[in-house]
Amino acid sequence: MSKILTASLEWIDARYPLSKMWNEHLAQYYAPKNFNTWYYFGSLALMVLVMQIFTGIFLAVNYKPDAAMAFASVEYIMRDVDYGWLIRYMHSAGASFFFIVVYLHMFRALIYGSYRKPRELLWIIGVFIYLCLMAESFFGYLLPWGQMSYWGAQVIISLFGAIPYVGEDLAVWVRGDFVIADATLNRFFVYHVVLMPIILLALAVVHIIALHEVGSNNPDGIEIKKNKDPETGIPKDGIPFHPYYTVKDIVGVAVFLIIFSLVIFYAPEMGGYFLEKNNFFPADPMTTPEHIEPLWYFTPFYAVLRAVPDKFLGVMAMGAAIVVLFFLPWLDRSPVKSIRYKGWIFKSALALFVISFFGLGYLGMQAPTPTKTLFAQIFSLIYFAFFLLMPWYSKWDETKPEPERVTD
Amino acid sequence: MTEGVDDKSKRRFLVASTSVIGAVGVGFAVWPFLASLKPSARTQAAGAPVEVDISKLEDGQRLIVEWRGKPIWIVKRSEKILADLKSDTLIAKLRDPESGVTEQQPAYAQNQNRSIKSEYLVVIGICTHLGCSPTYVKENDPHDLGSDWQGGFFCPCHGSFFDLAGRVFSGVPAPTNLVVPPHTYLSNTRILVGVDQDKGVA
Repeated sequence: MSKILTASLEWIDARYPLSKMWNEHLAQYYAPKNFNTWYYFGSLALMVLVMQIFTGIFLAVNYKPDAAMAFASVEYIMRDVDYGWLIRYMHSAGASFFFIVVYLHMFRALIYGSYRKPRELLWIIGVFIYLCLMAESFFGYLLPWGQMSYWGAQVIISLFGAIPYVGEDLAVWVRGDFVIADATLNRFFVYHVVLMPIILLALAVVHIIALHEVGSNNPDGIEIKKNKDPETGIPKDGIPFHPYYTVKDIVGVAVFLIIFSLVIFYAPEMGGYFLEKNNFFPADPMTTPEHIEPLWYFTPFYAVLRAVPDKFLGVMAMGAAIVVLFFLPWLDRSPVKSIRYKGWIFKSALALFVISFFGLGYLGMQAPTPTKTLFAQIFSLIYFAFFLLMPWYSKWDETKPEPERVTD
Repeated sequence: MTEGVDDKSKRRFLVASTSVIGAVGVGFAVWPFLASLKPSARTQAAGAPVEVDISKLEDGQRLIVEWRGKPIWIVKRSEKILADLKSDTLIAKLRDPESGVTEQQPAYAQNQNRSIKSEYLVVIGICTHLGCSPTYVKENDPHDLGSDWQGGFFCPCHGSFFDLAGRVFSGVPAPTNLVVPPHTYLSNTRILVGVDQDKGVA
């Protein structure tokens, strides 16, 4: 039996680099041995992506991308399709979990300097994935055709209208109609189930290839490739990804699935945070709900938009809040990568940044009042200052010397 | 690349010119796909004019009709409201009291009341900020918009205010007045929305 298997593998290897790829990316990909809990979120993000595609396929089987039928077809999935509720909740809660996992993954990069040379491109590809993820969830959110779907899309597409001269025409082109209508729903469905998943999958593959080219960073932020065993050429602090980290990641998956199941079975709407209450009313182009807000993962940027008392500048500020991420690898001038060896200035700056991000996230869900707008403005300033002042404060910061080898 | 080719500039020219022609070709090939995303002929034709009977409107009452998928508001304004719209205290708070931004209304509605007949306001009920539909808050409705509120429209999304002529207040996110759609009076009690006065279909 094993003879047949070996022969088959040889037959394939002569025609396709199967063993080569297995070794390059798993069995002989050497990752630093000091990964901690923060390092679960990359593989979890990949798993959630696969899960979203899988559940999405089953939802698309029963969903109707037609303005007259969409809302009812979602309710049909929830009530009449066997286990439709489960698949739908997995998909809707999965979207929120995708962002939770990706935000933690990005924060990991932020604290351990994983965006620094030679991983600049890896980080940039990651920011593109984040952008695509935002687009993907935005397109998907229109599909249930509830009040929030409709008016959320109305507000976001109207952002294009803020662009001088071509804005209004551009917004009409994006919608395919003068308002959000059947044409918009139909095309958003296609973008959500075909266009964006293809791009996301491709970017995820590119992200992993780029990672395996430069090698993983680690909590100490030092390069394990600098210290290789002279005989084997294997980094002394590296261990093969498979079986060590495949097994470790399975533990992460198990913990994730426990938490995920608790949400799906006991709080699938998460008190209005994962599925908003107003979205259980069918879209009505004649009435805007009293209070509209995007889903939680967009609210920090939405708060930045509202903090600026000018339509065009507000849109620009919101865009800049995301674009600034692309420049992060060149903004950090610290001699060390990891927070473990950075000084109090960076740590304080990071703490302020985290407070601002959560603050903006909270304010983006609230109805605007003068006090809240003022806070949103302060938090927006801190958000931008964290990035734009980084070239200076990261240089002034008193750092500790990095160790030669990774610590335990 | 062939070894021993001396005249590389000729090859470079061929590569460059082929690339340019190719890029033009790609441009032409892309256009049909981009154009297919524009509103289709049927969508554009669906913007048919809407006839509205306004004979039953009471003072201060608002009628909502749908035109091109957008809410059209028709509000009957009382003599008091019309007098309020002229007051200097109100005008001082407005960003564009004279309706100077010409795209926001047809020329025949570019006046103090932003209307053809002063007692009837006809506007598209979509905030000029990010497209929410504002709430109609009358002077006597319960509200927390201040004691000097004389009635108007409040957008709950981002907090913009408009008066009863659809004029935007200053210091709010909305940049311009509400849009007055093309409309015409077929008789004293019937309005046709979507057709300009003395003209054809908009």
